Amino acid sequence: MAQRNVVIGSSVGLHARPAALFVQAAARQPVKVRIAKAGSDPVDARSILSVLALDARNGEEVVLSAEGEGDEKALAELAELLQSDLDAQP
Amino acid sequence: MNSTSTQLAGIGVSPGIASGPVEWLAPPPVVPHDLAPAGDPEAEARIAGEAVAATADDLEARSSSLVGPSADVLAAQAMMARDPVLGDRIAELAGEGLAAAVAVAMAFDEFREQLAAAGGYMAERAADLADIRNRAVARLLGVPMPGVPDLDYPFVLLAGDLSPADTVNLDPAHVLAIVTEHGGPTSHTAIISKSLGLPAVVGCAGVRALATGTIVMVDGAEGVVIVDPAAALVNERLGRLAARRAALTGVSGPGRTSDGMPVQLLINLGRERDLGVVAAADAEGVGLYRTEFLFLERHDAPTVEEQRVAYSEVFHAFAGRKVVVRTLDAGADKPLRFVTQPDEPNPALGVRGLRTSRLFPDLLDGQLRAIARAASGSGTDVWVMAPMVSTAGEAAAFAAQAHSHGVPVAGAMIEVPAAALQASAVAAACDFLSLGTNDLAQYTFAADRMAGELADLLDPWQPALLELIRLTADAGRASGRPVGVCGEAASDPLLALVLVGFGVTSLSMATTSLPEVRLALSQHSLAECQALAAMALRAPDGKAGRETVRTASAKV
Repeated sequence: MAQRNVVIGSSVGLHARPAALFVQAAARQPVKVRIAKAGSDPVDARSILSVLALDARNGEEVVLSAEGEGDEKALAELAELLQSDLDAQP
Repeated sequence: MNSTSTQLAGIGVSPGIASGPVEWLAPPPVVPHDLAPAGDPEAEARIAGEAVAATADDLEARSSSLVGPSADVLAAQAMMARDPVLGDRIAELAGEGLAAAVAVAMAFDEFREQLAAAGGYMAERAADLADIRNRAVARLLGVPMPGVPDLDYPFVLLAGDLSPADTVNLDPAHVLAIVTEHGGPTSHTAIISKSLGLPAVVGCAGVRALATGTIVMVDGAEGVVIVDPAAALVNERLGRLAARRAALTGVSGPGRTSDGMPVQLLINLGRERDLGVVAAADAEGVGLYRTEFLFLERHDAPTVEEQRVAYSEVFHAFAGRKVVVRTLDAGADKPLRFVTQPDEPNPALGVRGLRTSRLFPDLLDGQLRAIARAASGSGTDVWVMAPMVSTAGEAAAFAAQAHSHGVPVAGAMIEVPAAALQASAVAAACDFLSLGTNDLAQYTFAADRMAGELADLLDPWQPALLELIRLTADAGRASGRPVGVCGEAASDPLLALVLVGFGVTSLSMATTSLPEVRLALSQHSLAECQALAAMALRAPDGKAGRETVRTASAKV
């Protein structure tokens, strides 16, 4: 199983547009990716409602996990997305 | 007036005349608790899934036919409807033997409660989820879709009241006018109808009895709805409106009374979809630049640099003109996660507006620094003002702080009766005054701004409110300080005359209200405005004052 810790880079946190972009990207991955905040149960990264309910804020750390073919690559791509300030893009 | 037609009275909140059949905003569907499943659990799970998918399809289709924020809201809703975890939960509940509509409603409610509990931004998403739930359930129950009816002919929209969610997909090409049973002059209906330029009447209790398809004429200036109007009446009113429109386009440029007394006409600005369009308005600048949007939906304050960028954009768009920036007005109806005290028993009377700086001095300091930096070299005449000032001491401290950051013109908003009563001292303590009439009415009458039942008390024509405005304007004139009005009162062309009569020097409003106010001013001399102001002040109540001034000011 692959796992990665990432700090949320988006200034508004993992909400609104950044959350939507992240969920869409997760849905494109060949493996099922889960996301968790420290101390919380991991949730399906393709579920916008679960991701919003995490309430992950700017500067907070989340844990991505996945298992299966291409898991490392999937996590690398999603981690990069989470680190950038998604809301700053047009 | 045709004697056979019925006239229903309400409060006119957006001027204009329109006539057509009425359609009711459809209420959210009610799911019977004991609704029995029509088929076996697999079949119920399948039709539940299909209804939610069809709702998502519909949201996506509507999203792709729109542009801008409305399209984004709908696309985000479609994404929620397609949430796989939600889908699994619906299938699970239906699999346990619940009817499809019950399973959908329950699953959505579970997620909705989770989001609502988080508050703020999440609570707004919870409202989105309620909207999707209601659409999917309506589909399953075979009842009309909740919200604005989707018809291919134009109609007058009737509703108990309108929420922001109801109006997201309100298409001004199909809606001729809006009439609501409840709501007051500062309700969401008033704001949205003005921004769309649709005639609107609120607080019109009589409409409850109107059946779908009844023909009405709505007069948004007079605040009346005429049922089954005679064709001749409609034509006469429309003709009068056309003549008015022609007169409106005949005046432009800076506001002036008929005898040449200048009155600055300014606009109210918040988060703008298209700053270029707003900046193109025929106005001398911005009389109220609301900065809350930079702070909302966040967990911590924006940095000075972030703020500077946002303010620069606005100053640039209004280069060569005046922009009055209102510093952060958090609290009460605009709670912020990182400043609002969660345990305030009475937030409207709590730590809000300028008072926030008692607990969080850095917030105001950072904001003034950002404003000063953005203003420097912008070529814009940048003023700042503090909301919810109560004493001359507060005004003096704010002005000193602004000056120390290099913002030369700093004023106080007059929204608290105490500040109006001490207007001379407050004026002497800073550089200008700006009346926020909505809050001033709320605090003067001890009536919640959002309470539709108290709309008559919140009427800006109330003589007690006018008395406080007069005191403030007098204090401004005596001390040589400009006095502006940036509440709803400024956008009422009749009341604008009264305000100018008191000595108000600038009026700030929505861009759509500018032409009417400019025309009204151009048709009346300062002496006439002063006479009208005296009449309004002597009236027994707001309604009578408005009527007296309307009759006395009538011109062609």
